Amino acid sequence: MNVARMPIGRRLVSYGQFIYCQWLNLLRVPAYTIPTLVFPVMFYAFFGILMNPGASAYLLATFATFGVLGATLFAFGVGIATERAQGWYTLIRATPAPLLGIVIGKWFGAALFSAAIIVTMCSIAGFFGGVRLEQSQWWGLLAVLISGTLPFCLLGLGLGLLLSPNAAPAVINIVYLPLAFLSGLWVPVSQFPAWLQTLAPWLPPYHLAELALQVTGVRPGEPWSHWLALLLFSAVFAVLVIIGWRRMLAMSK
Amino acid sequence: MDSPLIRLDEVSHRYGNKAALDAVSIEMQSGQVTALLGPNGAGKSTLIHLLLGLLPVQSGHIEVMGRTPSVAAKAGEWGTMLQSSGVQDTLTVIELLNLFASLYPAPAEIDSLIDEAGLEGLERTRFERLSGGQKQRVMFALALVGQPRLLILDEPTTGLDPAARRGLWDVISQRRAQGVSVLLCTHYMDEAEKLADQIIVLNRGRVLAEGSPDSIKSRVPNAQIFARSRLTLDELRRLPAVQSVESREQRLSVLSSDAPATLKAWLAADQELDDLEVKGADLETAFLNLTRKAPSKELLS
Repeated sequence: MNVARMPIGRRLVSYGQFIYCQWLNLLRVPAYTIPTLVFPVMFYAFFGILMNPGASAYLLATFATFGVLGATLFAFGVGIATERAQGWYTLIRATPAPLLGIVIGKWFGAALFSAAIIVTMCSIAGFFGGVRLEQSQWWGLLAVLISGTLPFCLLGLGLGLLLSPNAAPAVINIVYLPLAFLSGLWVPVSQFPAWLQTLAPWLPPYHLAELALQVTGVRPGEPWSHWLALLLFSAVFAVLVIIGWRRMLAMSK
Repeated sequence: MDSPLIRLDEVSHRYGNKAALDAVSIEMQSGQVTALLGPNGAGKSTLIHLLLGLLPVQSGHIEVMGRTPSVAAKAGEWGTMLQSSGVQDTLTVIELLNLFASLYPAPAEIDSLIDEAGLEGLERTRFERLSGGQKQRVMFALALVGQPRLLILDEPTTGLDPAARRGLWDVISQRRAQGVSVLLCTHYMDEAEKLADQIIVLNRGRVLAEGSPDSIKSRVPNAQIFARSRLTLDELRRLPAVQSVESREQRLSVLSSDAPATLKAWLAADQELDDLEVKGADLETAFLNLTRKAPSKELLS
């Protein structure tokens, strides 16, 4: 059986189209752009610059982690739940579209927003918070935070496949906000009561925040254990994705 | 001999313990318009989802152009319009068309497609801001964008005004003339009667009838007789070959399996019979008759 194969170049064009359409889609949904873009930056300006001027560098790393966590979870979770209910994936699955195109498009969309959040926060930190980093550290922060979103992409993808579009925003907020707090993204883990401190390493954003703190030179240490933790969490959330995917296939009608 | 375009062999499908399709075997020839008819819950939409590879085949065998549905999907063999499908509605018409064009090996010229689907002037409008009929026309254009050899259309004219409906029929007829095969799922009998070369009637998950529109109509040897008469409904029911009687706008409508016999007896009983009209059963009557014989108790919709 001969299946007409798309040339690589054309294939890349369709990936490009998915990414482009995903950006447009995110930009046109104010319910996404305002909370994910404005809130973390505003919180950082209040808590990281105005209230704790001495901790601006520390809080830059953790609030930037908070920002990418939200941008990723909402782009994937709410986006996929909504589009699934619209029947978008039913139509896409009946075309030769590479399914990976949807995921890659989503990832680029979330990454673009994450980058916008990080760059805005870094500008505020540099201009108003007196945070001074090496050029390599600024870039390192961007690179670490964007590549470290893998587990949150998978968590959002899994929830998006399992939840209805009405339930998705509520459930994701319930996951997102406690996860952010308990991982020490707002208040450093060291200020938690002792028993709560032991919980933090079991939460994926804690490890991403630690990597962000290391790359900006706030905290010394080896990054490998944190990368490993993020990979393990990714594997766990991948199982959620598989369960959600199977359920979607069984229910598609 | 050409192998059939679509072949279903003993295909059954269940949702939990509800049977949606029960050992359905169908062959659809290429170059034809095949209409799939059936009341709600007949299994039409399950059948289409199986054909498109959107549902896993539970039992039986399905081939589309000699391939399994999922392989045929990857090759871009068909364009489809589904009731259960939608699009990312923040995108504009032109953005959607460009995205879909990028998915197929040999996409259509976008400008002429916009023309054909009657979407001029709407290119930069977001899908969410279109009217129901305009949305339906965008979905139709998305089905055509890959220049497929097979169109699978589920209720394509629902929500369209009469002019847009006719426009869409014209496009379907043109494509058929160019050698495109069409599977058309519809509730509109006039649509099936006008477009279809072959009709498949599905009811409660089984194929009830299969054939040309004429052969389907001839399976119910009915004629409808309309007249004004002084006979009562009960007296009419006792005439030979009468199947049912209705009173409609001062006229009586009698469904007969043998019009000459009924008429002879009716004229003998009522010399003042007036305003007489005899019509052969149309596809709608034939369809209602066929599906009424097998009443459906548990509807799956």
